[in-house]
Amino acid sequence: MIVDAFYAAPALLILALGVYTTFVRDTFPATVGFLAYGLLLTVAWVQLHGVDVALTEAAIGGGLTGLLLVRASAKLRATEAGARAQRPSLALRLAAAVLCGCVTLALAITVLTLPDPAPSLAVEALAHIAPTGVGNPITAVLMAYRAMDTLLESIVLLLALVGVWSLAPDRAWGGRPGPRYNADPDGILAFIARVLPPIGIIVGVYIFWVGADAPGGKFQGATIVAAMWLLTLMAGLSDVPPISRRWMRVLLVAGPAVFIAVGIVGVITTGTFLAYPDGWAKPLILVIEFALMPSLALTLGLVLAGAPERPAP
Amino acid sequence: MIVTGATLFGLVAAGLIGVGLYGLIVNPQPLRKILAFNVIGSGVFLLFGVVARRGAALGLGGDPVPQALLITGIVVAFSATALAVTVLLRLFEETGSTTLASDAPAVASEPVVDAGTGTAALPTRGG
Repeated sequence: MIVDAFYAAPALLILALGVYTTFVRDTFPATVGFLAYGLLLTVAWVQLHGVDVALTEAAIGGGLTGLLLVRASAKLRATEAGARAQRPSLALRLAAAVLCGCVTLALAITVLTLPDPAPSLAVEALAHIAPTGVGNPITAVLMAYRAMDTLLESIVLLLALVGVWSLAPDRAWGGRPGPRYNADPDGILAFIARVLPPIGIIVGVYIFWVGADAPGGKFQGATIVAAMWLLTLMAGLSDVPPISRRWMRVLLVAGPAVFIAVGIVGVITTGTFLAYPDGWAKPLILVIEFALMPSLALTLGLVLAGAPERPAP
Repeated sequence: MIVTGATLFGLVAAGLIGVGLYGLIVNPQPLRKILAFNVIGSGVFLLFGVVARRGAALGLGGDPVPQALLITGIVVAFSATALAVTVLLRLFEETGSTTLASDAPAVASEPVVDAGTGTAALPTRGG
């Protein structure tokens, strides 16, 4: 077997880190391993020529999910010792290993026998890209061919936030999410939280804007903006507003609401939901993206901030 | 036999799905199950990414349709993970335990109102 080291190195490291996060004894190192795993997956995505996916993986799949899990494992450290006593029996572990080995084997055989030439919609996607006015075929899929997916995705994110908020204890309902962080105002965290956000916001907005014609987009850009906000929160430089604030709720639903409104414009002008009238595709896509970007950044930041814990003043 | 980059990542994805599935079944801690579920998820995404890469045509590095679906998938997986983690933290706050066993240990009888324990690694909370 001949394998290119350029691909083999990240591939083996990813597999090793996947095994590490699953088998390491303590949860905290497992979650830290998952963060590194997400970053390495980003390299894999670039090698698979999916730069848009790489950006999403780095920002959301590895970054935000990793942060969420690391923080949760730190909070749940007290439960570690008790859980270790509940390790399943050797027979069950063996049965599980055999089952999982079979699943992997079946998938590996499938990978090795994938049809050649592979089916592809690339030709179709490029053939109809001109009327959409965007240059990045992935953005054309997300905003024109399959805009319904993107609409539902933004609503799923909003529903996740509603779910997170609804887990607030009664006394904290309408209050501020998470703890108020206190960091040393002269420390390195506070320093970075002052220096980095202006740069990060520009990078986020750039990735958002360039997404029309190059790898990037609103989800990736919004995540970077949300990360800058989270950084100032963790450095104690700002606080999350209480979830009962009306302006915040309006901003949260504004993006999906504009998206639905553009969809209804499609029903009126062309008879199909989310269809763009001739010559109006690019302006309407821009309207949706500009409305969606702040809503997404706020939603992502608030999902990370968690359920309200402190009663409103 | 020459293994191309895409095929190699496909095999790694198959391995990750198996490893994650094992963690999901065997590990008793809910947070580890969520973690294992994310390993399975990223394995599935990687497998789909290999399918996208194989669909490269007309100068594109991969089929844009599966790549766009992957972006949507990653965001939805994040939403589900965030909700699951928040449910878990709330359960811990209510009962002081996160066990899934039906014969829960006696620790569950003393609720932890201020979940201050175990947050030593985090900045201190005020307010």
